[in-house]
Amino acid sequence: MAEREAPGGEREPCRASGAAPGRGVSHVAPVPGAGPGAAPSVPVVVQGPELSREEKLQLRKEKKQQKKKKRNEKGTAAEPPEPGTAADPAQPRVTPHPASPPASANAPNDGEKPPGGKSKAELRAERRAKQEAERAQKQAKKAELGQGAAPAKPRLTPTEAPSVVKRLPEHVQVDDPAAQRKLAKKLERQQVPLRQDYGTKVNLFSHLHQYSRKKPLTQQMSIPSTVIHPAVVRLGLQYSQGIINGSNARCIALLEVFKQLIRDYSTPPNEELSRDLVAKLKPHISFLNQCRPLSVSMGNAIKFLKKEISCLPDTLREEEAKEKLQGTIDNYLREKIVLAAEAISKSAFEKINDNDVILVYGCSSLVNRTLCDAHTQTDRTFRVIVVDSRPRLEGRETLRRLVRHGIHCTYVMINAISYVLPEVSKVLLGAHALLANGSVMSRVGTSQIALVSKAYNVPVLVCCETYKFCERVQTDSFVSNELDDPDDLIVQRKGQAQLGGWAENKSLRLLNLVYDVTPPDLVDLVITDLGMIPCTSVPVVLRVKNVDQQ
Amino acid sequence: MEFQAVVMAAGGGSRMTDLTSSIPKPLLPVGNRPLLWYPLNLLERAGFEEVIVITRKEIQKMLSLDTKMKLDFVYISDNVDMGTADSLRHIHQKIKTDVLVLSCDLITDVDLYKVVDLFRTHDATLSMLMKKAPEPTEVAPGQKGKKKPVEQRDFIGVDDTGKRLLFMANEADLDEELVIKRSILQKHPRMHIRTGLMDAHLYCLKKYVVDFLVENRTITSLRSELIPHLVRKQFSSPTSLQQGLDNKEEGRKKKEQASLDIYSFIKEDNSLLKPAPDNSCWNDHRGDMNETLHEGKVRCYVHIMKEGLCCRVNTLALYIEANRQVPKLLLNLGLEEPLVHGTAQITDRGMVGSDSIIGSSTQIGEKTSIKHSIIGSACTIKDKVKITNCIIMNSVTIEEGCCLQGSVICNNAVIEKGADIKDCLIGSDQRLETKGK
Repeated sequence: MAEREAPGGEREPCRASGAAPGRGVSHVAPVPGAGPGAAPSVPVVVQGPELSREEKLQLRKEKKQQKKKKRNEKGTAAEPPEPGTAADPAQPRVTPHPASPPASANAPNDGEKPPGGKSKAELRAERRAKQEAERAQKQAKKAELGQGAAPAKPRLTPTEAPSVVKRLPEHVQVDDPAAQRKLAKKLERQQVPLRQDYGTKVNLFSHLHQYSRKKPLTQQMSIPSTVIHPAVVRLGLQYSQGIINGSNARCIALLEVFKQLIRDYSTPPNEELSRDLVAKLKPHISFLNQCRPLSVSMGNAIKFLKKEISCLPDTLREEEAKEKLQGTIDNYLREKIVLAAEAISKSAFEKINDNDVILVYGCSSLVNRTLCDAHTQTDRTFRVIVVDSRPRLEGRETLRRLVRHGIHCTYVMINAISYVLPEVSKVLLGAHALLANGSVMSRVGTSQIALVSKAYNVPVLVCCETYKFCERVQTDSFVSNELDDPDDLIVQRKGQAQLGGWAENKSLRLLNLVYDVTPPDLVDLVITDLGMIPCTSVPVVLRVKNVDQQ
Repeated sequence: MEFQAVVMAAGGGSRMTDLTSSIPKPLLPVGNRPLLWYPLNLLERAGFEEVIVITRKEIQKMLSLDTKMKLDFVYISDNVDMGTADSLRHIHQKIKTDVLVLSCDLITDVDLYKVVDLFRTHDATLSMLMKKAPEPTEVAPGQKGKKKPVEQRDFIGVDDTGKRLLFMANEADLDEELVIKRSILQKHPRMHIRTGLMDAHLYCLKKYVVDFLVENRTITSLRSELIPHLVRKQFSSPTSLQQGLDNKEEGRKKKEQASLDIYSFIKEDNSLLKPAPDNSCWNDHRGDMNETLHEGKVRCYVHIMKEGLCCRVNTLALYIEANRQVPKLLLNLGLEEPLVHGTAQITDRGMVGSDSIIGSSTQIGEKTSIKHSIIGSACTIKDKVKITNCIIMNSVTIEEGCCLQGSVICNNAVIEKGADIKDCLIGSDQRLETKGK
């Protein structure tokens, strides 16, 4: 009976399954927690009947105090709870409370006899010794720093690398006035106007922005825009009006505009290009963020660009540096987007067999390309069922492109999927991003399709380039999402708009979600430019990518 | 830089010669400010810092505007009769970016960003402003008895969204039928044709249009020639144009014609928009197999104002209408000057209506009632005068006991005692006898 503590997404560090085979080993949680932001190791008492009641109560109280302290200290540490990486005896963590560990450590485990018993006992003894040493260290440090009488807060030992505390991005803290004030100040400093939210939001999503398409950001800017480059203004308008839609399209347009920005940039005297250019890009990025929240693909591209700029050697002259940057952007575009699309299309259409019926949803540039290539480059016959949903009705565009190529298509709305699925052989979906726990973030409705397909035992394949992999973790669609203009849901029929007066009705709120998150167990295969991988291998790819970039 | 603003103030005011014979049109007082002030104020409010003003020489001397913007005056001599397109050609060396062209007689409170956003978002060639024209209600003074010919109507065709300009023709150019090309209907099956729209003469043009104007010297006027040409060009491809020109104009070499085609002026830095639309799921139309925007390179957009003030001071009737609307506009602009100027000496405040504008140093006698009128500066109005719905310019003397209704009285006129004036237009320096009617 292990007592589990699960504050805000952190994993219970001590479940002994990894370190000590066999159940019920009571060791005091030397678990490496997930990456940054030390997970407090909690003294876990394994076998209940051995501990007395008072000790149990004591343990619970300690855990609660630790939880409170952690919450006060940091923001949310969004550590991905790494699946399957439980106790790693090589990285012991500090156990905070002096009283309990000895108690639980010494709790006699008469009950069980782990196989390979002697090594177990040795391991246990080692661990105990390490922990006591570290505890002593910590106490000494605490005495130095003169912290309060509270029990030691969980901190990393000095031997470990300093971790990055992940802060919540502003765009999911709209209902927090302090965060909004900070944002307003930052925008004022950068001379970017602040876009006002529109309409009452559904309570669950009050932490997200909701903008109206009829009130563009340019309303608050001077007409010949001086602070923001005109190409960026145009791009921002195209994003907010929905003219450039889709993860790849937005990223490509962004990179092209950055190329133009770099072309028009000139280093002021006494400044270095590598530092000044990044500073000059920031207001433009804030502006684009205000027009429409940045997509994951755009975010990754920006991170890459900033890194490239700051890594420019100082010896280069300005023109050479600019040319080099343009070259790297072109490379990125070609490799990560264009060639990746080709590779994915090639591997994906091998999965398409003769007389297949393929279901697609919405409009994904990758999926469209795969299907068109499969039609032209192989002689397999297949037909496609295009599923569409309101209010965007993007499936119409997919339909147009596929029919233009000569592919036999059927068009249904999403409420009809349970009728068509019995004849579907596979489902091909596109993705906006792949999260670090293997979830797929895609257009709203995708998770429904995946769910119903699972019920009908139809394989679900997701196509996604690696540059859209993201280190975020989400298990639900609420925490980080995008709210589109609620007026899009208003439909005019016979000259009457039923929902037209929704703003006056106080008890009516419209919700127009853009993305949703599909859990990894509903997806069978992810087709990337690195090959075909299962959903759970996404963190591996991310790790490999990080190593590559460093 | 994104835009350059150009104000065309060289026009003669040919449709209201009664007024403009003594005062050049840009200086006509509307609400006690020169007409030119209004477009400049619109640009200043939008955030422009520099404006190019094309005008005649004598105007600048008489002009005294207080604006923070840098005004760059370009002079055209009186002798040369230049159309608006000719003027643009004249200054084409100054124009380095996309240009926003305004006419000096435009009084409006439109949000400029709406017109400009259409231009930016769709990477349009042309973006213009139009307003639903109000029905003319009253006959203008001085034109009683004359039957005004029916104004030539404009036929404007817009698509379903109301933003894309598909068709533009003036009744004068058509014989009996309205001819619409099939290519337009093929690409936009639903088109709304409207006749009651007034063109505000506010155009956002791309730089390559100015380059095209420079080469193509046959186009003299923006409104009547260039704009319809651009609208028609949206639906014709470069090759078909060449054949068309061959048939019409003989004696020209083919090479010349090819270079006159506007498509050759469109620079290929549309690369910004090229790869993205391939991947983007937006399409401006549906129901056919074509790519978004039909891959047309020339695009014209129009913003049609529904509410708000937008008038062009072209004719006498419009001048009077503008004067009536201006007090509201000035109030909305939140200017610091009150409607009744500080230095005006008015003995009887209560008799002055709330939407009347009174200029500086004007003396108004007792028992004088002023309603819905605009009185210029340095006027002398004696006692017991009734003024309703009038526009009185500067330095006018009105003696006692007069009754003026619905009239326009120009500078330096003198109206003797007891005159009863209704719906008249009195020119400058005129003198009206006692008890005249």
